[in-house]
Amino acid sequence: MTTTTTLTAGATRRRRPRSATSLTRSSGLGLGIALTWFSLLVLIPLGLIVIQSADGGWHTFHDTITSPQTASALRLTILQAFYVTVVNVVFGTLIAWVLVRDEFPGKRLLEVIIDIPFALPTIVAGLVLLSLYGPKSPIGLNVANTERSVFLALLFVTLPFVVRTVEPVLIELDPEVEEAAASLGASRFTILRRILLPALAPAITAGAALAFARGISEYGSLVLLSGNLPNHTEVASVRILTYIENGDKAGAASIAVILLAVALAAILLLQLLTRAVAKRG
Amino acid sequence: MASHRVRPKTAGTYVRRGIVLTYLFLLVVWPVSLIAQHTFGNGFGNLHTALTDPAVTSALRLTIYVSIWAVAINTVFGVGISLLLTRYTFPGRSILSALIDLPLSVSPVVVGLALLLAYGGTNGLFGPALNSAGFQVAFATPGIVLATTFVSLPLVIRELVPVLTEIGTDQEQAARSLGAGPWQTFRRITLPSIRWALVYGVVLSLARSLGEFGAVKIIGGNIAQQTQTATLVVEQKYQDFEQPTAYATSFLLALIAVAALVVVTVLRPKENPDGD
Repeated sequence: MTTTTTLTAGATRRRRPRSATSLTRSSGLGLGIALTWFSLLVLIPLGLIVIQSADGGWHTFHDTITSPQTASALRLTILQAFYVTVVNVVFGTLIAWVLVRDEFPGKRLLEVIIDIPFALPTIVAGLVLLSLYGPKSPIGLNVANTERSVFLALLFVTLPFVVRTVEPVLIELDPEVEEAAASLGASRFTILRRILLPALAPAITAGAALAFARGISEYGSLVLLSGNLPNHTEVASVRILTYIENGDKAGAASIAVILLAVALAAILLLQLLTRAVAKRG
Repeated sequence: MASHRVRPKTAGTYVRRGIVLTYLFLLVVWPVSLIAQHTFGNGFGNLHTALTDPAVTSALRLTIYVSIWAVAINTVFGVGISLLLTRYTFPGRSILSALIDLPLSVSPVVVGLALLLAYGGTNGLFGPALNSAGFQVAFATPGIVLATTFVSLPLVIRELVPVLTEIGTDQEQAARSLGAGPWQTFRRITLPSIRWALVYGVVLSLARSLGEFGAVKIIGGNIAQQTQTATLVVEQKYQDFEQPTAYATSFLLALIAVAALVVVTVLRPKENPDGD
């Protein structure tokens, strides 16, 4: 749903010629107001994080992120976000495939289910997972307070990203190309490798970038589920919170700036891929 | 659009369908349904306990108040920024367009920290000045509104920009050449064509606003019955071993989220209508 950037070349092709005008006086005023608001709300506060993290100098930054507890939190966060991204690439693509190419009663319901992790408050997501995979699990599977709980929570909250970026591309993709390849003797593996994967790769990458960015920044769903055990299940955002509570804003900003850089990198990658696809289409 | 004629179903079709349904059942459907089970395990008792708990009711009131403000602000700015991005050229437009998405990727904890650095009462950048003007932002309702507005900022814009690009400017230009003013053109021509996208964006913003947790916790300070929102009360009740209340409150929040999704799915134009 909203978390997706449409990577379809078709959407770009259908676009009518843009007849944008340069700014008039009233629209210029509107832009001024909008930019001021956006700066006050988003740009200046985020900029202050960068300034704050640089404030203590390189040593503060270095000492913070190499302190054993923080380094362990960063390692756990990045590693679990990476695993979750890999699972999402496989299952997200598969889910998108089933949603587009398969027909069965209740498919519309599936569309709603995919978006639930996005719309559900994160603290509720944690509670929800805890009731099936926690100490009172009806299936006897208790992952609470282990590294697996981090994996599970991230898997839940990142579910929609790859599905929603791959789905529109798959809708645009004409199955006749695959049928033609098959009639010319291509094996199913060849079709997958030569036709499907090249077409879907930008969308999968974009979805994976979004999922990874979301994964490393997750907080709410982990609060109840992971137990926040230092050196064990504590993630980067929980570390930031601890620094804030201890009044160490420079320390908090040092970790925050890393998360911020990954978020920016994900958006940059997304923009580049969207542009590349638009050009090719 | 690809043709959607019926393709022969192979064994692979059913295997894929089975894997996907099992995965989604274990990851989403079963856990989410347990919330309802925990809430209504002994009838409406849990819901009643929750709704008569002053901590919960004041938190729900605060959440609704904050969400309405956040959605209103984001709707006004969302429409404005979308129109600027699609109807005008100005230097830095593509950078602005990319930066608009930033709030969706930033960790809620980072959002909270950023707002604290800017609006913190004692050593924030703007906080002390605002404080001496009698306007407390951090650890008060305005801070929570700011945090909620921040995290749901791109949602309206992301819905509107593709639609505005798609409909083009022909009709608007025609209206203008026939003597309509900018406001009349917007109200009579543009607004009707972006109506559903706007509703869609508003519903999503509302769902996102009701559910914000991390950013609100940091900038609001999580003070019971003052700056504690509904999501924060869920955490506290769970940790205070009042789990039935936590489940009941979660159920209410989940209900709103799912209702929002259903509304959106019904409203959204079908991308692949069946039997075309």
